[in-house]
Amino acid sequence: MLVLKLFFAFIQVGLFSVGGGYAAIPLIQEQIVNIHSLMTMEEFSDLITVAEMTPGPISINSATFVGMKIAGVPGVLLCTIGCILPSFFICFTLAHFYYKYRSVSGVQIVLGAMRPAVVALIASAGSSILMLGLFQAELQDIVLREIRIVELGIFVAALFLLRKFKTNAISIILGSGVVGTVLYMFMGAI
Amino acid sequence: MKKENHKLWILFKSMFVLSACTFGGGFVIVSLMKKKYVEELEWLEEDEMLDVTAITQSAPGPLPVNASVIIGYRLSGIVGSLIAVAGTILPPMIIISIISLFYEQFRTNPYIATALQVMRAGVAAVIFDVVINLAGNVLKTKRILYIVMMIVAFVATYLLDVSAMIVILCCLGIGLADLAITLRKKKGMTV
Repeated sequence: MLVLKLFFAFIQVGLFSVGGGYAAIPLIQEQIVNIHSLMTMEEFSDLITVAEMTPGPISINSATFVGMKIAGVPGVLLCTIGCILPSFFICFTLAHFYYKYRSVSGVQIVLGAMRPAVVALIASAGSSILMLGLFQAELQDIVLREIRIVELGIFVAALFLLRKFKTNAISIILGSGVVGTVLYMFMGAI
Repeated sequence: MKKENHKLWILFKSMFVLSACTFGGGFVIVSLMKKKYVEELEWLEEDEMLDVTAITQSAPGPLPVNASVIIGYRLSGIVGSLIAVAGTILPPMIIISIISLFYEQFRTNPYIATALQVMRAGVAAVIFDVVINLAGNVLKTKRILYIVMMIVAFVATYLLDVSAMIVILCCLGIGLADLAITLRKKKGMTV
C-alpha cells in the first residue's frame, strides 16, 4: 500500500514540476516529508546533496533514492515510472502535433521567435555553471580575487579542444574531472 | 528491419551514455544532445533541436526525459520514445540505487567533491561551444528582432533571474504577433 502511495506521490511531482529540476525540489519535499512522512527533513537534505552530485535529473534521482530506501528495487521502479508517466504522455502528444504541423509556414514563424530565446536559456545555464566552476559562487556573490586558476585553465583548454579539434564532449567532461583532480592532488589540496 | 533495430540500439546507447555523463542540469544534456544528434549522427536539424528544447521546457517533468520522448518519437514513434526514455532514466536509477546504500561515504569523499567541482569547468566549455554555434546562426538570420530577443532573454534569465518558462511564453507571444503582422501584410498585397 505504501508503495502505491509513493507511486501516486511521484505522479504528482512529475505532473506539477514545470521549469526544470530545481522546481521539483519543494514538490518532492511536500510529498515525501510533509504529507507522507516517509523521510525526515535531514534525510531529505542528504538526498538533495547526493542528487546534485550524481548525473541525471533531480526528480528521477529523488524518486530512485526514496523508492530504494522504502521498498527496494520494486520501489525504485514504481517511483521512477510514476515520476515520468505524466511527462511521457504530455510530451508524446506535443511531439505528435509538432511533427504534424511544423512545416506549416505560420507555425515556422512562431517557432522562429522562440529559437533565439532557447539559445539565450542555454547560454544562461552555461554561464551559471561557469561561475560556479571558476568562483564556487553565483554571479552576485563573486569575488574576483578568488578565481580558481585550475578550473580557469581547464575551461580555456577544453573550449580550445572543442572548437579546434571537435573533441568528443563526453571525453571533455570526464577528462576535465580527472585532470583537475590529479592537479589538485599534486598541489596538495586534497 | 535489421537496420531499424540497429538505429534503435544506437538511440538507446547514446541516450544512456549522455544521461550517465550529464552533471549539472537539463541544459547540459540539451547541449550534448545537440552535438550528438544534430552534428554527429545528423538525425535532427538544428532548428528542430531548438524547437524540441522549447517544447520540453514548457512541459512539466524532467527536461532530459521530455527531450528523449520527443527525439525518440521523431525517429520511430512510440517505440522510439520508450527506448529513448529507458536509455535516459536507467543510468540515474542504477547509480542512485547503488549510492543509496553508502551515501554517507559518498557525500563526504573529498576526491569526488573535487572531481565534481572541476568538471563544471569542462561542462561549461561544452555548453559554450554549442552556444557559440547557435548564437552565430541567430546572428546569420540578420533579423534585428531575433538578435534583440536573444540578448534580452539572456539578460532576463541570467541577470534578472526570470524563469525560463516565462521567457519562452513571452517569445511565444512575440511569435504570434509576428505571425499576425506577416499575415496582414500578405493580405494587403493580394488585395
